[in-house]
Amino acid sequence: MIMKVGFLHSLIRPEEKLLIKEFESRPGVELAMIDDRKLSFNLGKDHFAYDVVIERSINHSRALHALRLFECAGVKCVNTSKVATICGDKILTSIALEEHKVPQPEVRIAFTEDSTIQAIEEMGYPVVLKPAVGSWGRLLSKVNDRDAAETILEHKVTLGSYHHSIFYAQKYIDKKGRDIRSFVVGDECIAAIYRSAEHWITNTAQGGKATNCPLTNELKDISLRAARAVGGGVVAIDVFETDQGLQVNEVNYTMEFRNSIATTGVNIPNLIVDYVLKAAKE
Amino acid sequence: MAECPVCGGTVNLGDDTVEGELIPCAECGSELEVTAVNPLVLAEAPKEEEDWGQ
Repeated sequence: MIMKVGFLHSLIRPEEKLLIKEFESRPGVELAMIDDRKLSFNLGKDHFAYDVVIERSINHSRALHALRLFECAGVKCVNTSKVATICGDKILTSIALEEHKVPQPEVRIAFTEDSTIQAIEEMGYPVVLKPAVGSWGRLLSKVNDRDAAETILEHKVTLGSYHHSIFYAQKYIDKKGRDIRSFVVGDECIAAIYRSAEHWITNTAQGGKATNCPLTNELKDISLRAARAVGGGVVAIDVFETDQGLQVNEVNYTMEFRNSIATTGVNIPNLIVDYVLKAAKE
Repeated sequence: MAECPVCGGTVNLGDDTVEGELIPCAECGSELEVTAVNPLVLAEAPKEEEDWGQ
């Protein structure tokens, strides 16, 4: 029996190409490419022939809504729209982590410049101001003092969209030059990398260098707990090493892994495809 | 092979190239998108948007 897999995408990055090759190598799998730039939905009247859709869009907003629309049409999706909703918003992610008692840095959320300044000063400098929605380390601001806080908040309110006027402030963690990105597929933490940089932002998209990170029991445990907190599936967890133990920074639902296959020796696309095909049968 | 739409240089592409793929031009460094594979057509890739990436 043929299994039809819908592959939701926009631009094809190295990750998507590796996944396409992996799907195409599997017997009995028919891959249908779904370019989100050419996609439209006829709400309530759509009938899709996919057994499962894997989401690999580069745009969070398109991914989120396309997933929900596919689900509305009865299509199983990896990841689910629930996972995309939570992971795509740092505030919702922090709430999910808190509700599942997963350790994370101290976080304050406020809605005006004055209340944010007050919240930051209660927490103590330095802090990191982050857009609730955003990736690749864009628009992260390390705020060392009140002068910087006032300036950045004024700029956000004046120049940004309303999204930038919901303020997410995280206590700055001295990462000592590195953090960890772990990869979870279903019920297994499959691999992890250190991301090292002299800059306080260690994202590989910002030049952070990837090296293998051993999977300790503590790392596997916090990674799986974070994955479950956001709804499970295929996710990448950003983890800080602190004096109080590991803490979860963010959870990513369309994970990038191009720098992590050779580094870890783990065939990440192979394991993702296994998971997607298994999910389609459940 | 295809022509870079930015600098006119030659871009070498593998047999497994797919539509939508991001390709860097080795000559000018521009990021290009494969908009068709038969025949090969390249365009300048869309600019990074606020909600891109993970």
